[in-house]
Amino acid sequence: MKRSSKIIFSSLTSLLVLVLFSGLAFAQGGEAEAIKAQGLASNYGLIALAAGLGIAIAALGGGIGQGRAAAAALDGIARNPGAADQIRGPMILGLALIESLVIYALIISLLLVLKVGA
Amino acid sequence: MGEHGTWFDYLNRFAWWQKFDHWAQEMLGRKSGLKMFATGWTLTHVLITLVVVAFITWGALAFLGGTKSADKGLVPPRKMNLRNFFEVLAESLYGLVEGAMGEKNAPRFLPLIGALFMFILFNNLFALIPGFSAPTDTLKTNVGIALGVFFLTHIYGVREHGLAYFKHFLGPSPALIPLMLPIEIISHLARPLSLAVRLMGNMMADHKVVMSFFALVPVLVPLPFLLLGLLVCGIQALVFCTLAMVYIGMAIEHEEH
Repeated sequence: MKRSSKIIFSSLTSLLVLVLFSGLAFAQGGEAEAIKAQGLASNYGLIALAAGLGIAIAALGGGIGQGRAAAAALDGIARNPGAADQIRGPMILGLALIESLVIYALIISLLLVLKVGA
Repeated sequence: MGEHGTWFDYLNRFAWWQKFDHWAQEMLGRKSGLKMFATGWTLTHVLITLVVVAFITWGALAFLGGTKSADKGLVPPRKMNLRNFFEVLAESLYGLVEGAMGEKNAPRFLPLIGALFMFILFNNLFALIPGFSAPTDTLKTNVGIALGVFFLTHIYGVREHGLAYFKHFLGPSPALIPLMLPIEIISHLARPLSLAVRLMGNMMADHKVVMSFFALVPVLVPLPFLLLGLLVCGIQALVFCTLAMVYIGMAIEHEEH
């Protein structure tokens, strides 16, 4: 790798490690009360991280799934352009069903975000 | 983002509305320990639902007026008016139901599926009007509709097959009953939940997207997101009705030999 990208990569990794492990620092008792005084739950860092990562991974899976469904529909239309109207209906239905799984993960993320406040 | 006020909040200025609100809150047990989630109490979604039902009834009466009189009903008018709109809607809904359930069953299920579709569509469309929110983005409305569909599938199944309908839960052979029965029960219970949560999640997320772009740049930027919102409203109503038709179809289908 080039030197500049090595520096960027290592700084980003150390930042990520710092963010991930800073949640552990709040497991001590005296800090928890100070945080509750701010109106946050005692392990708010982990909850916020879970909310963010949950919806991110769900969006990743949903994007891949919907991409495959749309690609199959487009293949079908390319092979048989007269069937475009027939293909459109099941394609929309399939896309909506795949999207609903992402929406379930979004609901959980929203519930978690609401728990960051005490 | 969170909840925002609607135009119906101005009703709180009237003392009779506040009294009615308190009375409804006590009657429905919100002050006792029956709460599941700590949501705020509003009657806004009930009011918007009433407006939607009034609009659908008005449109249905306009449609009826077209069928009763012999000369007005034959020639389609040049411009789109209320009767025309509902005629187009009814005809496309009949095509939808006929495609999914077959020609014999279509007139039987058109009232249910048509009413569901129009109710959900017009309720969803309220989310796009500034100053209102959709009743279908609360779990309260959606669980009501989804439970209705759930009970109706079983009632239609029992009507069609008699009590032998419940043998469908047992699977193909008696040895598999301890495996098939829990799986079938769980999958049947997951259906109304998934219907309700899918609709709620889509409407809530779409409403938040439109609202956040309104908050950022109120002038021209929200326009593509409003178009996306129109698409999502229609598609979610379509998906709900298609799934309802699939569930009812599976409950009343006879085995092909």
